[in-house]
Amino acid sequence: MSTWVRTAEPSVDADAPRRLVGAESGADRAFVVSMRAIGTTVLLITGGIGLFLALQAWPTLRHYGLSFFTETQWEPEADVIGIGSVLVGTFSVALVALVVAFPLALLTALYISEYAPARLRGLLVSMVDLMAAVPSIIYGLWGFFVLQPHASAIAHWLHVHLGWIPFFTVEADADAAVWEQSRYTASAFVAGLAVAMMVIPMACAVMRQVFSQAPTGEREAALALGATRWGMIRSVVLPFGRGGIIGGTMLGLGRALGETIAVLLIISPAFDLKIRVLEVGTNTVSALIAGRFGEANGAQLAALLTAGFVLFVITLIINTLAAVVVARSRSGAETDA
Amino acid sequence: MTILDSPPPAGGTTVRHEPPSLDAGPAPRPLTTTTAEDRLVMAGSWVAGFAMAWLLTQRLLPWQGGLVLGLTTFACSMAVLAVASAMTTSASVVRDRLASTTVHAAAAVVGAALVWTIGFIFARGLEALPHLNLITEDMSGVGPRDPFDRGGILHAIAGSLIQVGIAVAITVPLGIGTAVFMTEVGGRYARIVRTVVEAMTALPSIVAGLFIYTTLIIGLGVDRSGLAAAMALAVMMLPIIARASDVVLRVVPGGLREASLALGASRWRTVWHVVLPTARPGLATALILGIARGIGETSPVLLTSGAASFLVVDPTDGVMNSLPLFIYTTVRSGEPMYIARAFAAATVLLVIVLALFVAARLLARPPKGLR
Repeated sequence: MSTWVRTAEPSVDADAPRRLVGAESGADRAFVVSMRAIGTTVLLITGGIGLFLALQAWPTLRHYGLSFFTETQWEPEADVIGIGSVLVGTFSVALVALVVAFPLALLTALYISEYAPARLRGLLVSMVDLMAAVPSIIYGLWGFFVLQPHASAIAHWLHVHLGWIPFFTVEADADAAVWEQSRYTASAFVAGLAVAMMVIPMACAVMRQVFSQAPTGEREAALALGATRWGMIRSVVLPFGRGGIIGGTMLGLGRALGETIAVLLIISPAFDLKIRVLEVGTNTVSALIAGRFGEANGAQLAALLTAGFVLFVITLIINTLAAVVVARSRSGAETDA
Repeated sequence: MTILDSPPPAGGTTVRHEPPSLDAGPAPRPLTTTTAEDRLVMAGSWVAGFAMAWLLTQRLLPWQGGLVLGLTTFACSMAVLAVASAMTTSASVVRDRLASTTVHAAAAVVGAALVWTIGFIFARGLEALPHLNLITEDMSGVGPRDPFDRGGILHAIAGSLIQVGIAVAITVPLGIGTAVFMTEVGGRYARIVRTVVEAMTALPSIVAGLFIYTTLIIGLGVDRSGLAAAMALAVMMLPIIARASDVVLRVVPGGLREASLALGASRWRTVWHVVLPTARPGLATALILGIARGIGETSPVLLTSGAASFLVVDPTDGVMNSLPLFIYTTVRSGEPMYIARAFAAATVLLVIVLALFVAARLLARPPKGLR
């Protein structure tokens, strides 16, 4: 008696998903069509804005060429228009905001995810979200009325003791018996501090989320090997959350670049190309638009739109990079589980 | 898998029947313990640090100001803590203590800044807030020296509500519809829409205002009005709400959709009766946070609405005020009485945002007994 064994290989594609073809009802077709119509409408609106800005920017960019980015003055009467100084101002406000917000956001995120008692954690997360929901004009008022005197004192201190660093010089007598407080107010530094209050919750929320996804097994392994809590954070949480730290900071940077009203309330507009962030007077792209739109005629309006378009493109690039970085760190979390 | 206590009697198998424990796994152990020594070293370092900082800033060096004192206190305390810990413990414990102190201090600074901001706005708002006419009258004919029992911010509150109401009426159907299109219909075209919508969330709000100003007010000759302001807000909020709704709809479990389809429901019934109800708390949260963002946003309104000092209820009828714009313009005027009114308006704005925020939190909480 013998047994025959079938030796044929089983078909590999036996499990291929079948095509699910159901008769689409009329209601379904109407649903798909109407959703497609809504999607198209939104695509036209949002895409139209981007296209409109680009089209408006084109003649201006062709007329002024590269000097649009390097020229520091904004004198439409003399046909001299450029965003050199406002771009530098925008970035100096944003950098001050980041320098202040980055450590605070990182440490606050670490506190919430690693140090805070578990009972408080939900409340603290809500507080951070609340901080993000507070309108920017409120932070502007706070910066203008409360922070300004303190910040100018700090600015004076920085000038006196660290004045040899180009960022911290102010064109005023450092050793004067009575220091000129007005030279240290309405600066990119004070505006940056107010903007930092808006950057902190954004960056902190992203960082906290990524930190809380750090694998429990590795945390416990580090602790079991005798690491202190900080040793565990440094060897497990921070390397794991690197993507979230970078991405969250960049998202915050995108917010800081576009902020208008808090900056407008605090700074006094000036068109000097300068990196002296402590000194009175600076300007940002959004403050330029808010300050100059009223008196603008056709060509100037196009120039303002071009400035806005440049700001939009910069923000878009930063946001996209941030999204890529954060997404990459998240995908790592999934493979580990 | 079952575990048997004793050898099974012949002829049968006994299975130990125990209901599985509901809270899987033991409760998390406390991972670190703080001893009395830790706490005493910590407290002593702060006291010593403060004393050193006070001596340094108030007696030895001409540094004034509370912030400087605070920063110096922190630096001195860290130094004392490092030295005190190094005397008894290893380097890694010193680093751990320093890191822990820094983390706690930073979190306290952020919390204090938030409380300081909100407390300051409320404290300054108290001056003009107790007068009831603040929310029943407008500012027509009220001069900068008039007492607080004349005039109010009714026009600004009404304007904010009307403008945000119109913006919400435009953006919510479009935003949620787009999110449904992107998640439920799908396809390459939907991916293009998603890419563009996500890109447009980067649009700075001032540029949204400038776009409406250029097209509607300069291009089409529409007056500055509540409608133009509402359009600017809508342009700003549309990508935000569409994207937030998209995120919410994407986390609806696919199994629910498949179950509904397998039971014979059509696609739109699946969306209407399964997907949207499941996502309702999340959608409501996204929506309310979008509204809070819109009601507090000043820059698009600054360019498009113009500031009226009287009550306007018709959004197509000329200039109209709103809360953020009222705050901005009155603070800029520099008149002390006007600034007090601005703070009262800021308090009202903050209360509205806080109420919206709390509503969003309550809605986002899963209903009791379900989970």
